[in-house]
Amino acid sequence: MPRHCPKEHPFKTPPELTAGAPPGPYRVAIIGAGPIGLAMAIDLALQGIASVVLDDNNQVSSGSRAICWAKRTLEIFDRLGIGDKMLEKGVTWKIGRLFHGEKEVYSFDLLPDDAHKMPAFVNLQQYYVEEYLLERAADFEDLIDIRWLSRVMREENREDSVTLHIETPEGDYSLNAEYAIACDGARSSIRARMGLKFEGQHFEERFLITDIEMEEPPFESAAPERWFWFRPPFHSGHSALLHKQPDNIYRIDLQLGPDADPVAEVALDRVLPRIRAIVGDRPFAVDWVSVYSFTCAMLDQFVHGRMIFAGDSAHVVSPFGARGGNGGIQDVDNLGWKLAAILKGKAGPSLLASYDEERRHGARENIKNSARATDFMTPKSDMGMIFRNEILNLAGDLPFARKLVNSGRLSVPCSLAGMALQTAAKIDAPIAPGLPCPDAPLQGGGWLLNHLGGEFVLLATGKSLPRVENIKCLPMSREEAVISLYGADLLYLIRPDQHVVGVFASDTEAGVIAGAMVRALGFAVEKEKVA
Amino acid sequence: MTGGTLSAEDRLGACGDDFYDLLIRAHDGLDFTASAALNVRLLLILANEIGDFETLKAAVQRASEG
Repeated sequence: MPRHCPKEHPFKTPPELTAGAPPGPYRVAIIGAGPIGLAMAIDLALQGIASVVLDDNNQVSSGSRAICWAKRTLEIFDRLGIGDKMLEKGVTWKIGRLFHGEKEVYSFDLLPDDAHKMPAFVNLQQYYVEEYLLERAADFEDLIDIRWLSRVMREENREDSVTLHIETPEGDYSLNAEYAIACDGARSSIRARMGLKFEGQHFEERFLITDIEMEEPPFESAAPERWFWFRPPFHSGHSALLHKQPDNIYRIDLQLGPDADPVAEVALDRVLPRIRAIVGDRPFAVDWVSVYSFTCAMLDQFVHGRMIFAGDSAHVVSPFGARGGNGGIQDVDNLGWKLAAILKGKAGPSLLASYDEERRHGARENIKNSARATDFMTPKSDMGMIFRNEILNLAGDLPFARKLVNSGRLSVPCSLAGMALQTAAKIDAPIAPGLPCPDAPLQGGGWLLNHLGGEFVLLATGKSLPRVENIKCLPMSREEAVISLYGADLLYLIRPDQHVVGVFASDTEAGVIAGAMVRALGFAVEKEKVA
Repeated sequence: MTGGTLSAEDRLGACGDDFYDLLIRAHDGLDFTASAALNVRLLLILANEIGDFETLKAAVQRASEG
């Protein structure tokens, strides 16, 4: 019996199925009320844009699923308004240990970084994240309309809108929205119906994923740790991973090999001995079991007319490196302000294309890293296995070999440098255009990132505060922690998703910054000048 | 690199994962003997790049320790 019993949300009769004038058209329809769809609705609501969220189910996810939320994701969730809740409930781990056979090869300590509000990682079951997002969505009852038990059966992608045909327990109806966002997951029905190519690398290896509830920690101290084993004595030849979640739930991932039977392996009489081999005599209860194999794949295009793909519907990765959920939330962060600007008539024609450009780059990087981690864990040939094992043998005392050990390169945000919206820097600056803004503590208390996001901001580390239309100026010349990270006497133009889009010397004319802003909104600056 | 000692620090740095990927891909589709031969060619080429007998001696010794 799983410890977490998700609440069942009732079906509410939509206005389309009651008598009277049909409502709509809607601005945005979001398909899927998972973490990506819900975060998307909240981000749009923060911009004042209303959305309808359609989900074929009526509860949050069962099983812990995505559990490892990286710093950048936590910063995005903080902007959306659930960061503090996640910090409070989540397990912040910092010690990682890596074992090869019987031996501990090395350990690392993600020292707490006092300069940032958010830690490197928080472990938290996906169902909690979804619940927090639902609670937050309820703050926007005029803007977010969540419709449970509403399955999209067909979509018509028109030039200026999308029509969705929806099946519900009380009958079918259609609705029309200016844009639709497919957040319907790795097995996206919309992607399948639209016949979009979704090819990539499939890994034959099967993994057993088990959540157990256990009072007594397996670690020597009370502090939670992440343990990874290559060829552990308790699980011959394969790899294993142990992670702690809240409520004394532990995630154990066991590599089973390519020939494992996914049905037989989830049977308790097969699972229990495997878990006992790891946790010994400690009493435990199995909370959730699943066997999976995975694919790394992505769409060629994330934007198809008025239908936009975000999260797993657009790209799937192996779980090593926690790049699935984290990558999807970065899609939301990137898309929210852009779609809002388009719907408000403030954006240039290429702003949506920049979502495609920037997030496909992010997805490619995530796929590359997670595929490499998988290759390291499951070498494809005898020679590959020898390479892998000898790296592990050398890793105990040779730093270069330790760096090659790959049990997952944990999710870090990609740089958007050189892409269409960013203005190349003419000066050397510590944070180049395209990078997400690092956090810093402020003298009066609070954090820099809580002052960025949602709108364009000009962060000024010098005395000069140029007045640029539609840009809020944030004077930071007295904030030492900010200056030590960002450098003195600079002006940073920062996007609503907290990425640097341009950096200038303090004495730069307002017109130049306004030009960068025009480019950042998807208008072609250079070409206009040439013309 | 000075003669006779091996670098304590990681000299591959940011390109470590790229290097490993390159190495593994070079072996794609080779049987074990052909893979071993590729390794030997690579080792000989890298030895020539190092070109310092004392360093090579230290490397052979460290590798022999397992």
